[in-house]
Parts: sequence; structure tokens; C-alpha cells
Amino acid sequence: MPITKTLRAIGSRSVNAVWRIGYASRFFVMTLFYSGPSFKRFRLIVKEMFSSGVMSLIIILVAGMFVGMVLGLQGFETLKRYGSESALGSLVALSLVRELGPVLAALLFASRAGSAMTAEIGLMKATEQISAMEMMAVNPIARVVAPRFWAGVISMPLLAALFSAMGVFGGYVVGVVLIGVDEGSFWSQMQASVDFQHDVLNGVIKSFVFGLAVTAIALFEGYDAPPTAEGVSGATTRTVVQSSLAILMLDFILTAFMFRGD
Amino acid sequence: MERTTLDLWVGAFVVAGLAALVVLALKVGNLSTYNVSESYQLQAHFTNVGGLKPTASVRSSGVLVGRVTSITLDTERYEARVTMSIDKRYQFPKDTFANILTSGLLGEQYIGLLPGGDDVMLKEGEEFKQTQSAVVLEDLIGKFFTTSVDAK
Repeated sequence: MPITKTLRAIGSRSVNAVWRIGYASRFFVMTLFYSGPSFKRFRLIVKEMFSSGVMSLIIILVAGMFVGMVLGLQGFETLKRYGSESALGSLVALSLVRELGPVLAALLFASRAGSAMTAEIGLMKATEQISAMEMMAVNPIARVVAPRFWAGVISMPLLAALFSAMGVFGGYVVGVVLIGVDEGSFWSQMQASVDFQHDVLNGVIKSFVFGLAVTAIALFEGYDAPPTAEGVSGATTRTVVQSSLAILMLDFILTAFMFRGD
Repeated sequence: MERTTLDLWVGAFVVAGLAALVVLALKVGNLSTYNVSESYQLQAHFTNVGGLKPTASVRSSGVLVGRVTSITLDTERYEARVTMSIDKRYQFPKDTFANILTSGLLGEQYIGLLPGGDDVMLKEGEEFKQTQSAVVLEDLIGKFFTTSVDAK
């Protein structure tokens, strides 16, 4: 009977999805629970910060620069119609600090560092390194997962701040140096419109939340990957897809809470 | 535990990230323009504040002398009560005129102070008696139409 077959397929899929969500939540709680030991061995976190944070620097800086330059160019073309080119500074800074900095940095981080985390842990599992650790009574979550998690969570706001700062610089280069918008009004309008608490701090909070989401998804996908070549590649793809979607959805929710009513 | 080049890289990364945050706070944001010097509070009532917002600047002869701290509705007079904090270095005579002005045609609104000639200066908590509300473009256009109809 094809109908019962379809129904059965739908049923098993939904049960599987709920199962996975439960497993993921338990994994997340375990990661937080075993974070204490990994903070005592801070060296492990530093090592992971190198591979996820420092290695993402170049892509973040170059991307931030170009995004800022595009914003400067497009913003100038649009603002010119209304004769308010002097507002270019606030346009570039606000869009970077509030939205583009945290979101684009997190998307780049997900595809640059998140996928690497998934592949690494997935391969460790496939080559039975994780089981070997358990054999030696080393908790793999405390030794492998938690340091990567905190390295990602610490790196993400720093990367987003660097992205925004580079973007503002890129906007400055295009707007002021190349096009010739007045330098004084560029900076003063920017400072008049960007509020430290309302814009800068909220951007940092956003990137912190994105960092949590991206690393949690990446680590879980790696840990849950089927121990085959195909399984690891599928998990890596899922990390990038799911964390990108999670970033954009979370961004909407956070924006709705942060910037409502002004 | 030994120091390694890895530590140097991670340290440089953290320092660069924090420096970017400081740049965002000071150069891009308004943290540097927050009044660190001592200030005193003055009030003014306006029939209409238009698009004036808290943290809008208070200027006299174009010089930044303070910031708007709060805008509330005074239910006794049904007028907007604007509280502003003014830098202690600047004192204003009792008959100072407070106007809501707009920088440029569509720019942000600010309060312009036009000092009078009184010898007595305004003190903490006192009020500007003479004020002029924001120019609301719609009202202006409305007035223009009614006067041009009357003229016919």
C-alpha cells in the first residue's frame, strides 16, 4: 500500500527530527556542563581560537572592507538624489554596526570555521579517535567539544567588530577619499547617529548569539555525523546550511526585540 | 607552560578585536561625545517638539553646549517638557530664547539657544521661559494654502 508507506515515512521522519532535537539539546547542555575543566586548561581554547578565529581573520577583513566600499558607493548614488551625501557616514556605519557586521561575519565564520569544526570532529569520530578517548576515560566533550565551543563564542564578537571597523574604513575610502564627500560631515553625522549602547553594544550581543548558534550547530553536526566519508561530507553541508538559516532567523528575532519603536 | 608563536597570534587577534570595538565606540559611535565634564539640568516647554529626540544636541551660536536628556508630556499644561543637560562651563541669561531648529532641510533637529541680555543667569532645574516650537512642514504648507485662498 503506497499510502501507508508514505504515512510511515512521514511519521518516522518527524520522530527522527524530534529525537535529533532532544539529542542536540542534551549535547548542548553537556557541553556547557563540561566547560569548567576546559577553562582550567585555557591553552586548549587558545589553540582552537587560533584555528577558528585567527585563521578567519583574512576573509573577515577583506570581506568587511569590500562590503563597506560597496555600501559607500551605493549609498552615495542613492543619497545624491536627495542632496544628502553628508549622511553617507551614518548610513554606512549604522548598516554595518547593526546588521551587516554581525550577520555577514557570522555567515563567513559558519562557512570558514564552522564547516572545518564539523569535518574535524566527524573525521575524529570516523577514525574512532573519539571512542579511543572514551576508552582512556577522557571525556571527549570536555576535551574536544567544549574548547572549540568557547573558542568560537569568544572569537565571533571580535571578528564581527573587526568586520564593522573594516567596513567603516572601506566606506571612508570610497566615500571621502575617492568620491570626495566632506570628511568632517562624514564622521560627525556618523557619530551623531550611532549610539554606543543602542547600536554598538546590540551588535556585539547579536554576534555573541550568532557565535553560540554557529558553533553549537557545527559541533553537534560533527559529533552526530555517521562515521563514513559520505556522512562527514553530508554533516559539513548541513552545518553550513543550518547555521546560515539559524543566523538569518535569529537576526530577525533579535532585530525585532532590539530596534523596535524608534 | 611555555609561550609559543600560537599565543602571539591569538593575542594579536584578541587585541585587534578589542581595538576594533574601541574604534566603533569612540570614532563611529557617540561615546566620546558623551558629556564627561560636569553639567547642570535646564528645562523648557514647547507646544510641539516635532522630531526632536533624546540625545539631540543643544547648541548656542552653533557650538555644542549640551544634550537633550528627556522629553515628556507635561499633563498640567499639555505641552512637551524637554530636559537638557548643559555643560557647567556655559551659563545662560534668564531671558535666553530656546528654539527647535533643523540642520538642513531634512536633517536632524536640535535646540538652538539665543542668549538675551539679562544679568541673572539660569540655575540648575530652572526653565527657559521663551521658546519656539519646531517648524512642522505640514502646518507651514497648510498655512500657505489658506492664506493664498484668502488673498483671492
